[in-house]
Amino acid sequence: MHKLSRATLALNGLGRCFVTEKHVSAIKIIGRGLVSAQHGDDFDNNEVYDVIISGGGMVGSAMACSLGMDPNLVGKKILLLEAGNKKVLDKVPEMYSTRVSSISPGSATLLSGIGAWEHITKMRCKPYKKMQVWDACSDALITFDKENLQDEMAYIVENDIVVAALTKQLESLSDNVQVKYRSKVVKYTWPVPHHVADSVPWVQVKLASGDTLQTKLLIGADGPNSMVRQQLGIPTVKWNYDQSAVVAVLHLSEPTENNVAWQRFLPTGPIAMLPLSDTESSLVWSTSHQLAEELLELDEERFVDAINSAFWNNENQSELIETAGSMFRGALSLIMPSAGSPRQLPPSVAGIGPKSRVMFPLGMGHASEYIRQRVALIGDAAHRVHPLAGQGVNLGFGDVACLTQLLSQAAFNGKDLGTLQHLLEYETERQRHNLPMMAAVDLMKRLYSTNSAPVVLLRTFGLQATNMLPMLKEQIMTYASK
Amino acid sequence: MFSNKFGRLVLGLCARKQAAVCGAVRGAAGRSGSSRTAFHEQRTVSVQREQHAGHRLISTRSASQTTVDPDEVKKFWSLASKWWDERGEFAALHAMNDLRVPFVRDNLLNVHRVHHPGKPLLGLRILDVGCGGGLLTEPLGRLGATVLGIDPVEDSICTAQLHASYDPDLRDRVSYRACTLEELSADGETEGEECQFDAIVASEVVEHLADLETFAFCCSHVLKPGGSLFITTMNKTNLSYALGIVVAEQLLRIVPRGTHDWEKFVSPVELERLLESNGLSVQSVQGMLYNPVSGAWSWTNSTSINYALHAVKLRDDPQPDQAEESSPRPEDHSSASHS
Repeated sequence: MHKLSRATLALNGLGRCFVTEKHVSAIKIIGRGLVSAQHGDDFDNNEVYDVIISGGGMVGSAMACSLGMDPNLVGKKILLLEAGNKKVLDKVPEMYSTRVSSISPGSATLLSGIGAWEHITKMRCKPYKKMQVWDACSDALITFDKENLQDEMAYIVENDIVVAALTKQLESLSDNVQVKYRSKVVKYTWPVPHHVADSVPWVQVKLASGDTLQTKLLIGADGPNSMVRQQLGIPTVKWNYDQSAVVAVLHLSEPTENNVAWQRFLPTGPIAMLPLSDTESSLVWSTSHQLAEELLELDEERFVDAINSAFWNNENQSELIETAGSMFRGALSLIMPSAGSPRQLPPSVAGIGPKSRVMFPLGMGHASEYIRQRVALIGDAAHRVHPLAGQGVNLGFGDVACLTQLLSQAAFNGKDLGTLQHLLEYETERQRHNLPMMAAVDLMKRLYSTNSAPVVLLRTFGLQATNMLPMLKEQIMTYASK
Repeated sequence: MFSNKFGRLVLGLCARKQAAVCGAVRGAAGRSGSSRTAFHEQRTVSVQREQHAGHRLISTRSASQTTVDPDEVKKFWSLASKWWDERGEFAALHAMNDLRVPFVRDNLLNVHRVHHPGKPLLGLRILDVGCGGGLLTEPLGRLGATVLGIDPVEDSICTAQLHASYDPDLRDRVSYRACTLEELSADGETEGEECQFDAIVASEVVEHLADLETFAFCCSHVLKPGGSLFITTMNKTNLSYALGIVVAEQLLRIVPRGTHDWEKFVSPVELERLLESNGLSVQSVQGMLYNPVSGAWSWTNSTSINYALHAVKLRDDPQPDQAEESSPRPEDHSSASHS
């Protein structure tokens, strides 16, 4: 089953990358025509929104801000629906939150374009300049850094801070964007693909309050279990990794510059330490459900020991692979003496933040379609990745930037915002970016989930070779920082 | 997916059908033509129009006041879904909006220098001649312009009204009227301001006209001084003959032989001469190219197949003869604008 779905994903990815899109989408159109349709009951002409965004998380709120600030969309009726309460932070809480995101420079550019980045930097965020990834089964390692450590590689920001910054920004856009908090959607009614007498040509959104709203374009930003996606019947290629992530706030044993993101691949899954401040880091430890539960049960001292040994322990290394690895590295450094970078050691952990340990299951999923007539999916509603590359929310912000640009152009050309043409462009462009990224992350995950010697040897050589090729590393970083 | 040629050829066929029925400027029916499947309906329309030939059909209805017979609504819905299917019979016309809307918008913004974010064409009155189902009328309305779409085929007008009526943004901006440009121009005498426009758009229309002279005259008549005329049409060249008649009709047989009348195609030079003699000064001529594989239009330097033209009505009351004399030689102009 897994193999099958993976194959589908891979094929889809290849198709997206190399085939001219028109033909692929032609086939999908047929599927789109089969949206189940129902006739609208009450049709109030006055309440037609141009865009309704369903879901006010990081990606949905960013979408609302981004549309609300676009000069070509001035005068459009834009509404953001959020089931939860309005999340405002009057002052930054002393304690760090456990849920953090790695914000790439590309995402930071988007956020500063919509005015939220300023709020974030005023509140709290931590840039890092270097990333070191290494293997528990060999001493192969790879480091990524921007030249001379001048530029930021990415930023670690708490999710709450991102949402609060966007909420603040939305307040200042109240003329352009309407926000309804505590509004739960109970039902979506899709327009029929071809006009039929008495049918409503818009998407209808029925709220728990009983109100029915109409919109020319619905943007589904309602997370990995997207109701929009499910009600549209868009199939998702997905699988669970049978893994959970344990997250916690770590106190370092001594203050450091703390500008490196650390990640080590253990046979049970990757463990990452992401800088939050000079003395604190965030832990993301992906491992089996059972081990995750055990980790949650441990008392604090033993939990800290487990973390330290996960980063420092060499018990998984075998002599054979070590020898082979060092010979290969030796050979490589003969060819390119200057390339590569020295190993650094991660800081040791002294304690954890009180009540900061949480676990959640990991999975990966990809919607086979991001759009239908008058509907577009963004963020986790369309794609969910393993956190190991810190790409999750960045893919979502990438969706926001792309969709905003296409909708802005469509509005400037007088188009109906919900029509397929520009939505198809959005789907094509984003799948072309998201799928290879997801495939790469998934491959990494799988490559490092084993300690069988041939695979370890292969990945050791691969990692070492990649580490020696600055050009290739540059490419990887450019792609990941979009 | 039909190729552009196919669409155009069929359009020509239908326009010819109506030629027997409508007045001299019946070319407005150009875009109201449809494809094979819609052909039957078009035939019916022609018959109806024959019955009405005696009296003028002028019914101004704003989109919100649709007063169509409920039994007819179903028919208009089915027509609307034909017109408005982005990937259906009119795909090439939908795709052409990517070129013609910016062409109209940017040239108008150049002339009028207004700035309304979100509604760039706010305050301008535009006449869409041969509006068909409203494919070009609606986008212009969405850009803020007040647009009147006219078409002699009443079914198309009803369809366009029905479609626009659902969009509250369009209700106050877009209206339709089943009439010819001639009739509208004649009404202009009595209605005054109502029939004076900042711009006229005649997209894929003039290649179906028998009397271009009258068309040019009427355009000039209903335009405000300094107003713009936008035309997209097909050139009269060997290439357009080869692609439009030989390939599409005789080799590929996408459409029946004899569908298109190449004789009615008009070259930019000829069109420019006509417009200049009616007090319209041609500002730019730009070639357009359709790629039937990608289904997209693009601008090109060659005007040998399709082209778009922008002309401006001179502000001083022009003496037709003088205007002709003072205009630059058409050949010079077209070569200059292509460089």
